[in-house]
Amino acid sequence: MIVQMENTTTSTIEKKLHSLRDENGVVTLGRVLTLVILARAGHSEMAIEAANFASHEHPCRIIVHVAHSANEATRLDAQLRMGGDAGASEVIILHGYGELAEPTETLISALLLPDAPIVAWWPHDFPDSPGDSSIGKIAHRRITDSARADDPFKSLQQLSQQYRPGDTDLAWTRITSWRIQLAAVFDQIGAVPVREVIVEGAERSPSVVLMGVWLANALGCEAKFITQTERPGMDRVTLVTDDGPIELHRPGNTVAVLKQPGQPDQQIAMPVRDLNVCLAEELRRLDPDEVYGDVITKAMVSAELEEAVEDAMDGEESQ
Amino acid sequence: MPHHNTSNPLRDPRDRRLTRVAAPSSLVLFGVTGDLAKKKLLPAMYDLANRGLLPPSFSLVGFGRREWDDAQFAEYVKESIADNARTPFNEAMWEQFASGLRFVHGNFDDDAAYERLAETLTELDESRGTRGNHAFYLSIPPKAFDVVCQKLADHDLADSNGSEGWRRVVIEKPFGHDLESARELNAIVERVFPADSVFRIDHYLGKETVQNILALRFANQMFEPLWDARYVDHVQITMAEDIGIGSRAGYYDGVGAARDVIQNHLLQLLAFTAMEEPPAFSAHHLRREKAKVLESVILPEDLGAYSALGQYTAGLQGGAEVKGFHQEQDIPADSRTETYAALRLEINNRRWSGVPFYLRAGKRLGRRVTEIAVVFKKSPNLLFRSPDKDDFGQNAIVIRIQPDEGVTIRFGSKVPGTQSEIRDVTMDFGYGHAFTESSPEAYERLILDVLLGEPPLFPDHSEVELSWKILDPFEDYWAEHHIRPDAYAPGSWGPETADQLMARDGRVWRRP
Repeated sequence: MIVQMENTTTSTIEKKLHSLRDENGVVTLGRVLTLVILARAGHSEMAIEAANFASHEHPCRIIVHVAHSANEATRLDAQLRMGGDAGASEVIILHGYGELAEPTETLISALLLPDAPIVAWWPHDFPDSPGDSSIGKIAHRRITDSARADDPFKSLQQLSQQYRPGDTDLAWTRITSWRIQLAAVFDQIGAVPVREVIVEGAERSPSVVLMGVWLANALGCEAKFITQTERPGMDRVTLVTDDGPIELHRPGNTVAVLKQPGQPDQQIAMPVRDLNVCLAEELRRLDPDEVYGDVITKAMVSAELEEAVEDAMDGEESQ
Repeated sequence: MPHHNTSNPLRDPRDRRLTRVAAPSSLVLFGVTGDLAKKKLLPAMYDLANRGLLPPSFSLVGFGRREWDDAQFAEYVKESIADNARTPFNEAMWEQFASGLRFVHGNFDDDAAYERLAETLTELDESRGTRGNHAFYLSIPPKAFDVVCQKLADHDLADSNGSEGWRRVVIEKPFGHDLESARELNAIVERVFPADSVFRIDHYLGKETVQNILALRFANQMFEPLWDARYVDHVQITMAEDIGIGSRAGYYDGVGAARDVIQNHLLQLLAFTAMEEPPAFSAHHLRREKAKVLESVILPEDLGAYSALGQYTAGLQGGAEVKGFHQEQDIPADSRTETYAALRLEINNRRWSGVPFYLRAGKRLGRRVTEIAVVFKKSPNLLFRSPDKDDFGQNAIVIRIQPDEGVTIRFGSKVPGTQSEIRDVTMDFGYGHAFTESSPEAYERLILDVLLGEPPLFPDHSEVELSWKILDPFEDYWAEHHIRPDAYAPGSWGPETADQLMARDGRVWRRP
């Protein structure tokens, strides 16, 4: 069911939600969190779709704030989606014009679920310091997506400088399956010394940088980045050991190949994970991701890695 | 057990996104053409691949009588996936999955076939790097366990001594049909495989469900203080199916509802409901607590009065004409096998002394449901005495296992506008309405746990034995006294004798 409301207020919306529940018996029990999506005009639908998908695993109330022009007259329009049109959630889309183009706590507080954690998600650009924004301050988790921001690397550096516990970035979520397989390699071979890690992937991909920084920091070695425009996302990770290279390579979208010295090549089912799956992973835990925190703050600006990271961001091969 | 390197530089205990991946391995499936393999196991493996959770180089070897080559086997697997997998079909993923499919044809007692199996596994180790890690899934009738286990041992397949990797065996219930046969069966399996390599699968009790029960009880402060004989009046554990025995006559006749369901599922549920809090989530700790409860179970003195058996008759169920048990294909007209069983147990420890646990299981009942209902004592109430006593009853916490897993709490509330009328109301929690859609099938989790070597929620042999010790006296009594199951109509909630069992204690069955 979809209900349109024009030139309205959040307390009117709340009343409407209430009466819809009474009239139609739309069930809203068992919601575990409020997901606040902070989107730009014209870019909200994909985010809502992903949130609907994730709501099957984490039943939630979804509040989408769509920022329209700040120069128009101040006005709030809303659309409510419930039942079949909203996955396992209820979706409230707020179109803010004028002064309401800026999402604030006072705008949405009447719509937040009582006593439930709040997750804020910026699907594209995010404010200079997400943790200091009005919504960011009340959120338990703040999800950004540097890869889809206008300038991915600038955004990544911004996140590095402004990190607060509870921040997380989808560029980090996208490499989870790679990290799982690489960690599994060391379960088998033990703490074999690694001289260098080489990460290959798309130009301007924050995931490539995060992967290299995480590996180099954890393995205590140098990182080298090889980026090219025609490569899609993450392409190959090579760990150089005394016995030879350990290489995890995903040429397509589905199957990766693991090469290890003295072993037959192993095929690994490692499908590319779409936005839906990544968001669902992100909502699985609501406490700070400390490992991401270490990677994005300390490791990324550490003396050993700073130069390689900078070179990667400049689009050059580091030496 | 798999080799865990604690000094893995990439593992950080704070990094909880990094789930464990099983070592490269292959799984040998006996009974590939069975219903279970076709509808559940094969699709579950493909779904795991699609979710990126299968171990690297995962290879699946089918073993069976069909004269198939690898390609024909792959065709069969593909069909079963197309019909039953819950994730969408992906051609590239399928090709990768199919590259690890092999088929070995032969009878269970055919030495040459086991030779070929050994060669196939060696070939997989070499070409795909499965490193000698092999699991054997026996999705076959228990009477074939003996010969299969023996042949695996004869051909050095069951033992990883002296070679690389691990060997594991997976067996499905029933684990015997009484204590003695369970012991025999166990002796056969454990003669060949070490005890910690034997995984007994009880798929009704998926890990998720068990963890949900334990979380409800032990992660909360508000339930556990009430969870004892002081506040609890009795507990009802129900597993009802709305279907008949279908094509399972060969298995079901002579087994019956008590052996099929009560001995394993319901007694496990009883153990999880009644056990004390384990100090840790390990296999050892969980089993110890469950065993303590099962050992404390006492049987009623009058086994006849406190048990009831039933058989469904022919009739209309929910608008459709259905066959009675005796009209089912291959069921002898004089079969005494019960399709419904109910019994009363008590647990003789400080927490539960005097609280009866009523267990019932049956086919062709009102609807499909599995639940645990903890029913509390009546409150000693003067203030809100209802003139019609039936109006407000006992508080209850109902743990729904399936379908739509969740918890219902039942309590009294004032009827608006009246003087002091009280009605029972329910408060309902579901683990998310569409939650089950994307939550992993129980079999996916089970297969993954076998490959990872994580046994905590699989019952071990001592639990199986303890359960038979509880059920055997009932079975003996029923056999000795030639108890004929009472007829009950399809779509009802069992025979009248089951209601009398409750009435004797002044109680009634809940309508689930």
